[in-house]
Amino acid sequence: MAAVAAFAGWLLRLRAAGADGPWRRLCGAGLSRGFLQSASAYGAAAQRRQVAHFTFQPDPEPVEYGQTQKMNLFQAVTSALDNSLAKDPTAVIFGEDVAFGGVFRCTVGLRDKYGKDRVFNTPLCEQGIVGFGIGIAVTGATAIAEIQFADYIFPAFDQIVNEAAKYRYRSGDLFNCGSLTIRSPWGCVGHGALYHSQSPEAFFAHCPGIKVVVPRSPFQAKGLLLSCIEDKNPCIFFEPKILYRAAVEQVPVEPYNIPLSQAEVIQEGSDVTLVAWGTQVHVIREVAAMAQEKLGVSCEVIDLRTILPWDVDTVCKSVIKTGRLLVSHEAPLTGGFASEISSTVQYYRTQGHVPNKAKRWNLKKGLLQGSSKENGHLLLKMFCMTGQRIQRTKC
Amino acid sequence: NSMDRGAWQATVHGVASRVLVASRHFANDATFEIKKCDLHRLEEGPPVTTVLTREDGLKYYRMMQTVRRMELKADQLYKQKIIRGFCHLCDGQEACCVGLEAGINPTDHLITAYRAHGFTFTRGLSVREILAELTGRRGGCAKGKGGSMHMYAKNFYGGNGIVGAQVPLGAGIALACKYNGKDEVCLTLYGDGAANQGQIFEAYNMAALWKLPCIFICENNRYGMGTSVERAAASTDYYKRGDFIPGLRVDGMDILCVREATKFAAAYCRSGKGPILMELQTYRYHGHSMSDPGVSYRTREEIQEVRSKSDPIMLLKDRMVNSNLASVEELKEIDVEVRKEIEDAAQFATADPEPPLEELGYHIYCNDPPFEVRGANQWIKFKSIS
Repeated sequence: MAAVAAFAGWLLRLRAAGADGPWRRLCGAGLSRGFLQSASAYGAAAQRRQVAHFTFQPDPEPVEYGQTQKMNLFQAVTSALDNSLAKDPTAVIFGEDVAFGGVFRCTVGLRDKYGKDRVFNTPLCEQGIVGFGIGIAVTGATAIAEIQFADYIFPAFDQIVNEAAKYRYRSGDLFNCGSLTIRSPWGCVGHGALYHSQSPEAFFAHCPGIKVVVPRSPFQAKGLLLSCIEDKNPCIFFEPKILYRAAVEQVPVEPYNIPLSQAEVIQEGSDVTLVAWGTQVHVIREVAAMAQEKLGVSCEVIDLRTILPWDVDTVCKSVIKTGRLLVSHEAPLTGGFASEISSTVQYYRTQGHVPNKAKRWNLKKGLLQGSSKENGHLLLKMFCMTGQRIQRTKC
Repeated sequence: NSMDRGAWQATVHGVASRVLVASRHFANDATFEIKKCDLHRLEEGPPVTTVLTREDGLKYYRMMQTVRRMELKADQLYKQKIIRGFCHLCDGQEACCVGLEAGINPTDHLITAYRAHGFTFTRGLSVREILAELTGRRGGCAKGKGGSMHMYAKNFYGGNGIVGAQVPLGAGIALACKYNGKDEVCLTLYGDGAANQGQIFEAYNMAALWKLPCIFICENNRYGMGTSVERAAASTDYYKRGDFIPGLRVDGMDILCVREATKFAAAYCRSGKGPILMELQTYRYHGHSMSDPGVSYRTREEIQEVRSKSDPIMLLKDRMVNSNLASVEELKEIDVEVRKEIEDAAQFATADPEPPLEELGYHIYCNDPPFEVRGANQWIKFKSIS
C-alpha cells in the first residue's frame, strides 16, 4: 500500500506543480526542493515495513474467442500448452519436474494426455536444458523448455545469447531455432528472497535475436504464450509467479493469439503515461484509480507485454499526448528496462519522429518551435519525469 | 578434535551427576565392524573396523541428537509461520554432518548447498544463532539477512542456494589450501540432483589437473527434490562419476563408516595425491523443503523402513548400549538436556528483534565512503555501509 501511496504522492506534487510557478523555478536551477522530497520528509511511511501488495484486476470476459472458462494463470498456461501439443505433433515439453505437473502445476495432465515421449523431465542442468532445446528446435520440432525459476536461467545465459539468438544470423538463414520457447516463473512472490524472486528481463533485452514476453493475466498469458510458441524466433516467456494462483479470469478454451511486440493501452488518460509489465501493471492500475479519485489526475495505463522487441510507437504516441512518463518495474533500477524506455522516448521526441499534435519541431536545433514558455514547460515536464535521464540525451 | 564446547561441558556435568547416582562401570572403548566401502580407482579403502571411545560416542550422540531436534524444532517453527521463506531440513542425514566433522580438523574447510543447518552446527555455531537466523533476527549468524540457505561460520562457506554452484567454489578453496601450504583440505558437498550439473565436471577436471586437496562429497539421499536418482542420472554410481578421480561409496547412515572414510579421504588429499570423491548414501525424512510433503514421490512405508532400520542416531545408540559404552538412561539424559537447549534457543530466536530497517542496504559493496541505495521509489533511500 505504501508503494502505491508513494506514487500517488508523486502525482500530487506533479499536479500541484501545474503550469507555472514551480516549473519556472526548475528551469536551470537543478532539482527543486519542493518537488523531489528527501526520505526524511517521508518519515514514518518510508520506514514502515512494506510487503508486496497489489490487487489483481481481471479484464472483462473476452467474447470473440468462443467459450470461456474460469482459469488462474497456471491453468491458462496449461491450456495453452495443451492446445499447442494438440495442434503441433512435433511439440515437446521438457524441464525439471514437468512430468508430474511442475512445481507450479503448469503442466498437470499433459504427460498422461500426450505421452512420456512428449512431456518429460530433464536432470538438473539448465545449460543442458536450453542447449538441448536449441538442438530440438534446429531440426524443426517445437521445443518448449521450462526453467524452474528465472533466477536459475543464468547457467543457460550463454546458450540463449550466443547460440539461440544468433543462429539464424550466423547461418545466413540456413538454420534457425525459432521453434524454441523457454518458459520460466518470474518476479517477486513475497518470500522468495535472493533466488526465487528475480526479474531478469533486462539482461535479455540487451540481446538481439530473441523475444522476451511478460503477461499480466491468465487471458494475456495464454494468448501470448501461444504466439511465442508459434513465433519463428526463439522466445522467452516469463510468467509472474505471484499471479499463478492470485490471478483468476475467464479465459477462452480454444487457442487464440495475442500479437507480440504490441503494447496494450489498458486505460486512456491525458495527464501522465504509466508503463509497466507483469505484476506491476496491477499496481499501477490501482495507482491510476487512486490518482483519479483523490487528485483528479487522468492516467494512461500501458501494459508493455513484449519487452523485446518493444512497442515504441504506442508508448511514444501516449507520451506525446500526455507529456509525462512513468515506468515502473520490479527489477533493479540501474540498467533496468525503464532506462531503455525513457531514453528512447526522449530520443524520438528530440528527433521529432513521433508525430505530434500541434507543435512543430525545429529539427536543426532539436527544440520545439512555438513560444519559449511552451518550450520551457514541455522540456521541464520531461525533466521532471525522468530526472537525470534528460541530462544524458541532448534536448 | 572438533567438539562443541557446550556439548563437552554438558557431557562432563552429565558424567559427574551419573557417578553420584549409580556406580556402573562402562567400557572405555569398543571395536566395531563397519561396512566395506565400494572403491573406484583405489587399491585400498578405509579400514573395516574402527575403535569408538566412550567419550567420542557420547559426543557424537549429543551432536546428532542436537541436529535432529534442531531440525524438528525448525519444522515446528515453520508451521507456526515464525520461520518464513524456504527451509530445507536434514533430519536423517545427521551421520553425514557429524561423521564428516569427526574425520577432519576445525582448520579444514567445508562448503555445501542449501541443506546446511547440520553443517552450520558441526562447524561450530550454536543452535541459538542458527535458529535466530532461520527466524530472521539480529542474533542470527548472518544478522538475519541470510536465512536458511545462507549460514556461514569460520571455515564454513555456506549455505548456497543455486544448485551445483558451490562445487567450483570448493575447488577454489582447495587451491587456496594448497597454495597456503598448511596441509588443509576442503570438503565440497553437493547432492544427487546437483551431480548432473555441468559445472561440477568442470571442477573435477580442474581439481584433478592441479592435484587440489579437494574432497568432493555427493550426499546421495536418493531424491533430487522429487526426482529419484534412477530417473535423473544415467549412472547412479555417483562415486564413479569423477571418472579419473578415485572414489568411494560410503554408508552415510553409519557415523563410524563416514568418519573412517573421511579420515581416509583427508589423508589421501593431504598426501598430495589430488582430489578424491566420496558418495554418502543417506536419506532425508522430510521432503525436499517445508513446502514439499515428501510423500508424493516416495511411499510412507519407505520412509518408515529407513527410520526403523537405518536411523543414524538409533544405530549409534544400539552400538553404544550393546557394547557397554553407555547406558540407556545416560543417553536419555542427554536427550533431555538437548531438548532443553533447543527450547531455550527457540525462545531466543522467537523473542529476538529483527534487524533494523536501516541495515537493509548494508554490505552490498565494500565501500568507503558509504553510499546511498534507492529503495522502491526515489524518496526511500537506504545507506549502504560495510
